[in-house]
Amino acid sequence: MTDTLKRLLLAMLGSMRDLMPIFLVIVFFQFFVLQQQLPNIAQILLGVLFVVLGLTFFIHGLEQGLFPIGESMATAFARKGSLFWLLVFAFSLGFGTTVAEPALIAVAAEAADVAATGQMIEASEAARESYANGLRYTVALSVGLALVIGVIRILKGWPVQWLIIGGYLLVVVMTFFAPEEIIGIAYDSGGVTTSTITVPLVTALGVGLASSIRGRNPMIDGFGLIAFASLTPMIFVMAYGMLI
Amino acid sequence: MEILSEIIAVFLDTVTDVLPIATIIFGFQFVVLRQKPANLDEILAGFAWVLVGLSLFLLGLKWCLFPLGRLMAEQLTDPAFILAGLDAKASIADIRWMDYYWVYIFAFLIGFSTTIAEPSLIAVAIKANEVSGGAIGIWGLRTSVAFGVAIGISLGCYRIVVGDPIHWYIISGYVIVVIQTTFAPKLIIPLAYDSGGVTTSTVTVPLVAALGLGLSETVPGRNPLIDGFGLIAFASLFPIMSVMAHAQLSAAKAKLDHKRDIQQKEQDAT
Repeated sequence: MTDTLKRLLLAMLGSMRDLMPIFLVIVFFQFFVLQQQLPNIAQILLGVLFVVLGLTFFIHGLEQGLFPIGESMATAFARKGSLFWLLVFAFSLGFGTTVAEPALIAVAAEAADVAATGQMIEASEAARESYANGLRYTVALSVGLALVIGVIRILKGWPVQWLIIGGYLLVVVMTFFAPEEIIGIAYDSGGVTTSTITVPLVTALGVGLASSIRGRNPMIDGFGLIAFASLTPMIFVMAYGMLI
Repeated sequence: MEILSEIIAVFLDTVTDVLPIATIIFGFQFVVLRQKPANLDEILAGFAWVLVGLSLFLLGLKWCLFPLGRLMAEQLTDPAFILAGLDAKASIADIRWMDYYWVYIFAFLIGFSTTIAEPSLIAVAIKANEVSGGAIGIWGLRTSVAFGVAIGISLGCYRIVVGDPIHWYIISGYVIVVIQTTFAPKLIIPLAYDSGGVTTSTVTVPLVAALGLGLSETVPGRNPLIDGFGLIAFASLFPIMSVMAHAQLSAAKAKLDHKRDIQQKEQDAT
């Protein structure tokens, strides 16, 4: 018990150090550049305490829960040898974690506003909602697909750069055909899909798979899943913009 | 009372966020793999820590960082603030892109500092350090990613101010990434590509989005619906370059040191 406590305390010091830069930036701009008082000091201090504790607990849980389960599942799948179930798992992990992602829901709603203003869809509430939902499922589908491609790539040992550069080429070509309003959103959608819980799980999955397959290097083959998950949404969102 | 209900609301949000993931993981674990993980208790406790930690973290951000950050983004992009830095006769039409310098500095610093605190980047850095046997330092990776985000976001702000089309920036970025890929050490490439996606999550996205929106609303001639987007794309492209650049520099330095060592030994021998 004291051991856990000691580790938590150490981790808390680490969290404070991690958050120090933000604190300094805020103080500098608030007092020196904008020259204003901090509003609501009590709430801000409570917020700082929560952020420090939260980051500490998260990192603790990460090493105790998320990493081990991701790796043990990767090993179990590799031992079971069922490609089909591994790919189904990869797809559901990508799709399931993205479809409910709050950042994505927000971006999809904004994209619907853009589309309505640009007269790509009707300005009615129903049309906007169906556009936003369609976009959300498109992105979720693309992330699911990205993990499937990424897992196949780990199994086959393909170099990541050829697939990613190929994807870039596709993005560039599509940029010239996609409606102008969708381009900014499409580029952004690559960044918003990978949430704080998905990233550690997906990383552990990739590294675990690459470690349990003979001839694969966890450094070269294990990383790269996130890269796919941030590339395919750009392609799919532009395609969505072109089709609708 | 209000605080309590807010805590409960954020906690429930996090639970609904984690629930689909937990369902998929444990569903596959028990239905398809049909085995109990060796340390199930510990893993479940780990999930509980993650749940509580993420809730507290989000709640804290909502109380201290987000309102302050958003307010600052609004104030710094406000034409009145920009004009205050110019001579009295200047009007909005006289503002040039350089006059937004505080915005670029803010973008750089906030991009750097929020990336250092980004939990998913910490996760990837821990893993990379472990897998590489310590060759990739946790801090080395985090600071080079943070520099990438900082440069990306400030360049993205400049783009919104001058109003260039986004795709020329992104496409040029891709060209640089492709060129770097051919020269960078093989081991770093997948990690560098990954670091593009991990930088933008819980802490960075809300602040960066506020900055983009604030800028595109106040700069004359920009449409927030079109120009407000794109900062996140910059923030996910530039770390790829900075991580590869960091690895290239380290490799070059190692080579130089090695050469010097050999020369030293030759000198010692003679």
